[in-house]
Amino acid sequence: MIAQLWWVLLAGATLIFLFVAGLIAWAWRRPSGETDERRFVIWLGLAFPMIVLAALLAYGLIVGERLLPRATPDLVRVHAEARQWDWRFRYDDLPGLETDNVLHIPADRPVDVAITTADVVHAFWVPRLAGKLDAVPGHVNVLRIEADAPGRYEGLGSEFNGVGYRDHRFTVIAHDDAGWQAFLQGETP
Amino acid sequence: MNALRRHRALSRIWASDPGWKGWFTTVNHTDLGRMFLVVATFFFVVGGILAMLIRAQLASPRSAFLGPDHYNQIFTMHGTIMMFLFAIPFFEGLAVYLLPKMLGTRDLAFPRLTAYGFWCYVFGGSMMIFALLAGVAPDSGWFMYPPLSSTIGAPGINSDFWLIGITFVEISAISAAVEITVTVLRYRAPGMKLSQMPIFAWYALVTAVMILTGFPPLILGSILLELERAFGLPFFQVAQGGDALLWQHLFWLFGHPEVYIIFLPAAGAISTILPVMARTTLMGYGWIVAAAVSLGVLSFGLWVHHMFTTGIPHMGLAFFSAASTLVAVPTAVQIFAWIGTLWKGRPEMHLPMLWLLAFFATFVIGGLTGVMVAIVPFDWQAHDTYFIVAHLHYVLVGGFVFPMIAALYYWMPHFTGRKTYFKLGHAAFWLVVPGFHGTFLMLHWAGLLGMRRRIDSYESGQGWEAINIIASISGFVMAIGFALVVIDVVVNAVVAIRGSRDPWGAGTLDWAMPTPAAPYNFASLAHVTSRDPLYDDPKLPVRLARGEGYLGDPDRARRETLSVDIATGAPRYVVVFPGNTALPMLMSAVTGLFFLGMLLKAYWLVPISALGVIACALIWVRGLGSRVPEGALPVGRGLSLATAAEAADPPGWWGSVFLLLANGTFFGSLLFGYAFLFSIAPNWPPPAYLEPGPLPLLLVLLGAGLAFIGPRFDTLTGQGATLVGLILIAGAALPLLSGSTDPTRHAYDATVWVFVGYGLLHCVVSLLMWSVVAGRRLTGHSAQTSLGTKRIARLWSDYTLLVALLTDAAIGLPGVLT
Repeated sequence: MIAQLWWVLLAGATLIFLFVAGLIAWAWRRPSGETDERRFVIWLGLAFPMIVLAALLAYGLIVGERLLPRATPDLVRVHAEARQWDWRFRYDDLPGLETDNVLHIPADRPVDVAITTADVVHAFWVPRLAGKLDAVPGHVNVLRIEADAPGRYEGLGSEFNGVGYRDHRFTVIAHDDAGWQAFLQGETP
Repeated sequence: MNALRRHRALSRIWASDPGWKGWFTTVNHTDLGRMFLVVATFFFVVGGILAMLIRAQLASPRSAFLGPDHYNQIFTMHGTIMMFLFAIPFFEGLAVYLLPKMLGTRDLAFPRLTAYGFWCYVFGGSMMIFALLAGVAPDSGWFMYPPLSSTIGAPGINSDFWLIGITFVEISAISAAVEITVTVLRYRAPGMKLSQMPIFAWYALVTAVMILTGFPPLILGSILLELERAFGLPFFQVAQGGDALLWQHLFWLFGHPEVYIIFLPAAGAISTILPVMARTTLMGYGWIVAAAVSLGVLSFGLWVHHMFTTGIPHMGLAFFSAASTLVAVPTAVQIFAWIGTLWKGRPEMHLPMLWLLAFFATFVIGGLTGVMVAIVPFDWQAHDTYFIVAHLHYVLVGGFVFPMIAALYYWMPHFTGRKTYFKLGHAAFWLVVPGFHGTFLMLHWAGLLGMRRRIDSYESGQGWEAINIIASISGFVMAIGFALVVIDVVVNAVVAIRGSRDPWGAGTLDWAMPTPAAPYNFASLAHVTSRDPLYDDPKLPVRLARGEGYLGDPDRARRETLSVDIATGAPRYVVVFPGNTALPMLMSAVTGLFFLGMLLKAYWLVPISALGVIACALIWVRGLGSRVPEGALPVGRGLSLATAAEAADPPGWWGSVFLLLANGTFFGSLLFGYAFLFSIAPNWPPPAYLEPGPLPLLLVLLGAGLAFIGPRFDTLTGQGATLVGLILIAGAALPLLSGSTDPTRHAYDATVWVFVGYGLLHCVVSLLMWSVVAGRRLTGHSAQTSLGTKRIARLWSDYTLLVALLTDAAIGLPGVLT
């Protein structure tokens, strides 16, 4: 959905850019003379951006609302704790287990990741699953992710956090049903 | 007296000291403006070299050119230098140089303050350069997020250089802002109404007020973080009731207005240059002023958009997303008014116009990508990737650097008095602009492919290699272009042939003088009745040189100009400026010792240099104003006016008003921080709230009463009562702090100490001011010439008692409520 949003934004931006460039180029072509101030300032300056922006904002808000976490019965809840420079994950369904730099989730089910940090500010980002969310000391931020298909997804720390920033990565493994059940039984997949 | 003899007489009065000494003692805005511009350009070159190091490192995958420790210092310093040591000072330099000339006056409101600000900038900037050369430069990013930038993440001295060096440099921003505000409001050519000001003055005014209200949150944040680092006051440490998010709020409360503080002066230059290049007048002057003002106001509602990913509730995000997109409206008004101006006139393709076209192309793209990242779901993906890097360079380079180069070429004949002669500038243009787009258009794409900002290298096989090598090569091309611009300017300044006055045929007063500008600007001050005085009267420069305006008679042999009414521009009083002095440089050196003491943890140096600053300040005010009234003096054109020393609202009073605006914003930010920690931070409440009991409250109430009533009686008794009142307020600190002897225990205790420290500082300042007033009275200053001084002191003591009352309430309330 965010990809589609991007293409809409890009197309709109290109059109507006070409329009403005055309207006400027035309200034050299046309004979000089009286120019209607109202047309430029009120119609182009005020009305035009307001209409475009209102439409855009509504669109963004709707997309944003759809991406919001909602209560669902088959919700899985996990915890992510960042530190310089690794990630530790814990699971509500499997108390006591902590995995290092690997997050296991079931595919096709919504997962809430409760994100926090043990030291500085970090950010949790799995580009193919969701946008990024910060890990702030003393605060817990919840991010909803959902993997459409089983597989491995690359995750990144995406808030600058010192000399180890480049390699501050983790892997998300999305299991199919059987794999997830096996993981919950404590078997190493 | 003919024009030449008048020129000689005025030059003798206004000239800076000859030779190298003049550099250190000049208080002249033309000299200092040039010095500002040269130093800012130096920092631009340094920041540019750092950028080239970054591009060299990222040109290929797995580069071993720089390790992460050096890389982190380099990108942190690149951002820091470009923002704080290039962009803002470059604007200050341009405004310092141009404003008095455009407004038709002889200098800025506070010449010595100009010099003081300049030297603070030079000394503070030197600290940063030293850190860079010594390899101990800040390395936590230019945004300095704690805990990474605090003792936990950065135990070395690196962060201290940032916090202390930049705060030192901010003194120059605040000084320049006060200066610009008062100059625009009170120091114009007689008759020039607000609505007749050159458009650049409007932009400078809005920018200056934004600096006054935008920088204090950052200064507060820097002080709090330095207190945490140096003394363990836990403002940002969550375990003791601090919160890292507090820094982010304070930083972006500054950081977002900062973007517009950088853009608006450029827009001012565009609005000035574009109509001249199109041989017409600006379309929609009133609309543009309204757009600039609303940009200034709106930009303060936007800071949260840098924190979309910190876990703020979605509806809150929606609000800030709306506000963020809303700023596109006044920006669009300006863009389309400029295009309309082009339509109205006959645009000519001179070099400044070429740079303005580069501005349009670049800035419009930057604005459009800006609207994209203001859409929250998109930002979740783009945040902290090279998409943002590309976007911000489009906005800042397109929206600041390109228009500033246009301004440079536009005013170069003014700076140098020479024709722009060589064609090097065109070659530079065709290197910089394609180079720029080759670099940053590509980097949008890298961001969308998931390349994070601030990584020091990357693995191959992610599809980033081609993008990065193209970006790096284009970056070097752009750098060569910028180098050519610098060379072009230097060559033109030194060897080009002499040019004529007003080569572009502009209508503003900056071109109504011989170039390069004489130290006194105008041999006599014009009476202005329209926006483009030179179009109304092409002979105006000659008539001014002949002394047909105001103050054309240099008989009084001192630096004089006129101060006018804010709205109507009617002349109000004669201002007598101070002469050349090394005091500003000395005072900023002593101020530098204060910061150096903090930096090196040589705390014995701190109180000594604080006393030194006070001593300098006392010398500073000693020479101000005459002891006895001079009465009405003839100022030319049949008008007689008294001097500022006899006015109830002398320039110093206006300066104090705007300094207090900044100061009040600082205090407001402190209150905001306190409320934020109280309501948001985990680990509250603290172990114990203070319960100071009735004694401090009584002391403050009694003291505030005395300090409020005292200044309203014009007697030594009244001044004595004020002094006693201020001492009582200061005395309330002791019983207040007795319950909290350890500021490192909890963020609450730390905040209480900062509140009390702030209050005490203001008691000291007010006490000093009232001592000066009483001292002047005892040494025979007349009642008339002490009137203004007294009102300045009253302003500060009133502010102090307001702070004392608010502090008392803020500290006492939680204890009472729980």
